[in-house]
Amino acid sequence: MTLLGWIQIALFCAAVLALAKPLGFYMARVFDGERTLLSPVLVPVERALYRLAGIDARHEQGWLGYGLAMLAFHVLGFVLLYAVLRLQDLLPLNPAGQGAVAPDLAFNTATSFVTNTNWQNYGGESTLSYLSQMLGLTHQNFLSAATGIALAMALVRGFARSSAKTVGSFWVDLTRCTLYVLLPLCVILALFLVFQGMPQTLGPYVEATTLEGVKQTIAVGPVASQVAIKMLGTNGGGFFNANAAHPFENPTALSNFVQMVAIFALGAAMTNVFGRKVGDERQGWAILAAMGVMFLAGTVVTYWAESAGSPVLNALGLPGGNLEGKEIRFGIVGSALFAVVTTAASCGAVNAMHDAFTALGGMIPMINMQLGEIIVGGVGAGLYGMLVFVIVAIFVAGLMVGRTPEYLGKKIEAREVKMAMLAVLCLPLMMLGFTALATVTAAGLAGPANAGPHGFSEILYAFTSAAANNGSAFGGLSGNTPFYNTTLGFGMLVGRFFVIIPALAIAGSLAGKAVLPASAGTFPTHGGLFVGLLVGVILIVGGLTFFPSLALGPIVEHFAGSAGQTFATGG
Amino acid sequence: MVSRTSSLFSYALIGPALLGSLRKLDPRAMIRNPVMFTVEVVAALTTLLFLRDVFAGGSDLLFSAQIILWLWFTLIFANFAEALAEGRGKAQADSLRRTRTEMTAKRLTGTGRDYETVPGASLKVGDVVLVEAGDLIPSDGEVIQGVASVNEAAITGESAPVIRESGGDRSAVTGGTQVISDEIRVRITAAAGSTFVDRMIALVEGAARQKTPNEIALNILLAGLTIVFVFAVATIPSFASYAGGSIPLIVLVALFVTLIPTTIGALLSAIGIAGMDRLVRFNVLAMSGRAVEAAGDVDTLLLDKTGTITLGNRQATEFRPVRGVSEQELADAAQLASLADETPEGRSIVVLAKEKYGIRARDMAGLNATFVPFTAQSRMSGADLDGSSIRKGAVDSVIASVTGQPMATRGSSAALAYHPAAETEVVGEVRAIAEEIAKAGGTPLAVARDGRLLGVVYLKDIVKGGIRERFSELRQMGIRTVMITGDNPMTAAAIAAEAGVDDFLAQATPEDKLALIRKEQAQGKLVAMCGDGTNDAPALAQADVGVAMNTGTVAAREAGNMVDLDSDPTKLIEIVGIGKQLLMTRGALTTFSIANDVAKYFAIIPAMFLTLYPQLQALNVMGLASPQSAILSAIIFNALIIIALIPLALKGVTYRAVGAASLLWRNLLIYGLGGILVPFVGIKAIDLAVSALHLA
Repeated sequence: MTLLGWIQIALFCAAVLALAKPLGFYMARVFDGERTLLSPVLVPVERALYRLAGIDARHEQGWLGYGLAMLAFHVLGFVLLYAVLRLQDLLPLNPAGQGAVAPDLAFNTATSFVTNTNWQNYGGESTLSYLSQMLGLTHQNFLSAATGIALAMALVRGFARSSAKTVGSFWVDLTRCTLYVLLPLCVILALFLVFQGMPQTLGPYVEATTLEGVKQTIAVGPVASQVAIKMLGTNGGGFFNANAAHPFENPTALSNFVQMVAIFALGAAMTNVFGRKVGDERQGWAILAAMGVMFLAGTVVTYWAESAGSPVLNALGLPGGNLEGKEIRFGIVGSALFAVVTTAASCGAVNAMHDAFTALGGMIPMINMQLGEIIVGGVGAGLYGMLVFVIVAIFVAGLMVGRTPEYLGKKIEAREVKMAMLAVLCLPLMMLGFTALATVTAAGLAGPANAGPHGFSEILYAFTSAAANNGSAFGGLSGNTPFYNTTLGFGMLVGRFFVIIPALAIAGSLAGKAVLPASAGTFPTHGGLFVGLLVGVILIVGGLTFFPSLALGPIVEHFAGSAGQTFATGG
Repeated sequence: MVSRTSSLFSYALIGPALLGSLRKLDPRAMIRNPVMFTVEVVAALTTLLFLRDVFAGGSDLLFSAQIILWLWFTLIFANFAEALAEGRGKAQADSLRRTRTEMTAKRLTGTGRDYETVPGASLKVGDVVLVEAGDLIPSDGEVIQGVASVNEAAITGESAPVIRESGGDRSAVTGGTQVISDEIRVRITAAAGSTFVDRMIALVEGAARQKTPNEIALNILLAGLTIVFVFAVATIPSFASYAGGSIPLIVLVALFVTLIPTTIGALLSAIGIAGMDRLVRFNVLAMSGRAVEAAGDVDTLLLDKTGTITLGNRQATEFRPVRGVSEQELADAAQLASLADETPEGRSIVVLAKEKYGIRARDMAGLNATFVPFTAQSRMSGADLDGSSIRKGAVDSVIASVTGQPMATRGSSAALAYHPAAETEVVGEVRAIAEEIAKAGGTPLAVARDGRLLGVVYLKDIVKGGIRERFSELRQMGIRTVMITGDNPMTAAAIAAEAGVDDFLAQATPEDKLALIRKEQAQGKLVAMCGDGTNDAPALAQADVGVAMNTGTVAAREAGNMVDLDSDPTKLIEIVGIGKQLLMTRGALTTFSIANDVAKYFAIIPAMFLTLYPQLQALNVMGLASPQSAILSAIIFNALIIIALIPLALKGVTYRAVGAASLLWRNLLIYGLGGILVPFVGIKAIDLAVSALHLA
């Protein structure tokens, strides 16, 4: 651990915090339909889009209508993507003559992009045609991100509104998010990345002659624009197979830093939007603080574990940090911080191989996801996931002030608790349930590349990443099999929609309640006490569930490694 | 209540509670409590498997037997908590029941005094009965004729008799109470089985207990957590098989039962029953648990000025003569006018004149005086003596009687307004003094002698001692207090300021009260009030917490959701405290229960996985002796903590009237942090005992 490393971490936090307020201000105005800097250009476009689609922008939906619109949109998006993948050999823009994608892989891939997961069981350039890439990546990268933000807005309105029947219009939220937030920010980010040396071209691959005189083909393409939305939309699907470790996808230390900030930017800003909408920015800061506490704790552990290096190698007289699977350009801090950021937010882009992290260093990304991607989290998804935990925390401890628990003037009652618990339940069911299935079936056991606890971690990480809609891979697991394609795909669907739908139901039920003015008897939810309580409940309710599985994976690996013991590599 | 045993564990209660806790093992009763029902299912299944192992010859039978025994103990302890809470109510119910046995009624057959003697139980609603001195009133009813003093000790525990009379706000009588003097005719308003006493019995016995909204939500949360731990534990065998081993079922069962929130699950219903019981001991009957819970949530308290904020009586504190009249002269006249006035105000005038001006009270007969009593029409009283007439009364009435102009309508602020016509200088002066007094929160009483205005007596409302502090406590708790009074706005404002209430409603009619409640509720606030008259009934019914006075009318008692047997409106404040305490106790034990899981994981996980990976011994931070003793200690702790917390569940956590922030801080420290730390210590201690006794 070095001073420079800590400075980089501190700078990162400062940048995210500095962006949260202005972005929050801008987004709050956008979703209220108020005038912004970009309105002169974009309002006509927005109106034209509504006219084209036959949408009445003033018509708002109740939670059920909002949810049905969202589901219909996703079913359609899924079917379209699945069809394109299955029929890509018959469709245009397939110069490499890629064959049809297998049914299980097509299911997995379509699900992966629709749910903002971007888990990659396919091999990019070796499986997909240009059309598939464009429809799969580009289209869903924007829309799945916009969906997350739209749903968070619906829940925010549930808290902010008093005795209302509606929570907004899905179509309007989706359009405004894409048009006013994602597109302009992507343009700015893409230009910056190009300035850092990232390729942005539709031209052919570059031929180069090496010093030995060998001809080499260097892949280029519209990288910068793809990377911009991949980060801002917490999608994580890389342009190149090596993702953010590739020099063209992450050319400099500065691009590495900016990409990390981009991952957190919108998620952190959403907490500010929340604060503004409920009329007290401190409420947003408190949520962000709870996220920040867990983020910093994770960063410190990972940075420490990676800097300390492998106990086995240290014992062999090879001291120093763990650099296996890391880009030397980014070093330990750049990789450790990136790993924590990408798993805390549901991004899934990687600039190092998490599989090659130390046992504890690799455990933190896993815990980040197991908590449900609420540490900043996926754009929008992080906020609504966090608010679900807020409801649980408020209900557990809120009674202790001698009143029916309230949050922001809304009484938390049976219905909200029921929905929140439903959302909380689905993640351990998917993550632990499928891991349990995989560890006792031959098809599942065929996946991991390592034996012993590390192989177990590979399986656990895969299902954790899928259900949390992260999409990062631990590596080492052969996931493109009918078993993993199907189970991972199913995990992604449940992990996305069984959180979204209860969250929407909560939005609907909260919107209908009157806002109680705060009094001295109200549970204060903007101070350090609340932040501590929230973190405690998240760790105990959300985290302890995974303690047995973590004990059998990274924890035992860590203790075994400390004792100089390794596990034989097997199947 | 007749008997108010205040000790927490009366030994007489423990025996029946133990029996009750076995009877409650009936799954049909257990299913009401999802967490404990889960434990019961698990315990029953493991018992069956154990029996199979006994015959098939399994290993580690002693260890399994101990775990299973503690599972059943966990259940029995939970039931014991509930049975104990119910038992305390049952003792009270029994004493109530004694009052109702073998009652006969004198049912009137006509309009005269002819009656037939029938058993009390055969009375129907609408029957009219005659109750004479010495008789027990056979059922709840309303006095339709007569006045009697009634001993209500059977219900209220207060032995001084109370007056019950037809008409007015004191017409309700309760079955089981005894008429001491005179006789009354009572129209029966409750059929046998649904009388007030019947309802009381059902309430204190817990038979009428329904889950409150908060309890339902909490049960959902606990059931949800239970399911989460099902996932956490049910997946372990697969993980273990990957690691090349297996985990005995009994160990998985132990882990599961210790992780699910059994502590709060076991004590939840005891907490609810004890909350009701606390109210009963406080001589308040809540008609539902929902009402008690609502009391904790109250945002606005409507308090009647008289009797709650001020002492019932106004006291004369000053004589304010007009120019040209001495204080002495005014005091003398006022005293003469009040000599025969037996109202507290009248007596206070006599006392003030005596103390301040040394005018001794004189004998009316000796003065050859006749007393002119107060009437609603004249709104004056006084005395006629030796051809001289002295009057005191409402300012406008006295002025009217002097000037001969018609009175302004009662209760209207116009009474104090300036009337230019027929206004003399002295009238103007009296009005000015009166206005000044009213502004200061007092009540002006004009005095005139033989058609000449002498001045004004300053009657002051005496605000109860300590009430200001109570209101500031309430404010810290976030509760707004609104004073309800019939006074004019000026007087009301002055008293409100003196008492420190947040707001007031002056010249309040029952309709105004109802409108105020609706307005508050429209903002999402919960409102509590108390009342006794029939005209209070709509407001009592509308309020979220309506406390009817036991002295009140049948209509008021029916409309409220609580009845205060002592008829003390100040109690509303304590009722709020009891409601809050109930919710806090639930929250505290929930937090404690969930926080306990941290230590239990650290006890069981290393023990469980030690055969798979000996390296996990490092997680045994408590240094527990052996895997078996670790698991056994965790499950024993889990069962014993229920017993240890029963007193807290029954007594409730300490409630202080401080702001939510400091309450939360304190409780999180005790029950959150304490909940994390206590089991580490407890499990370690039990482990030492277990290994010393060679139990595992």
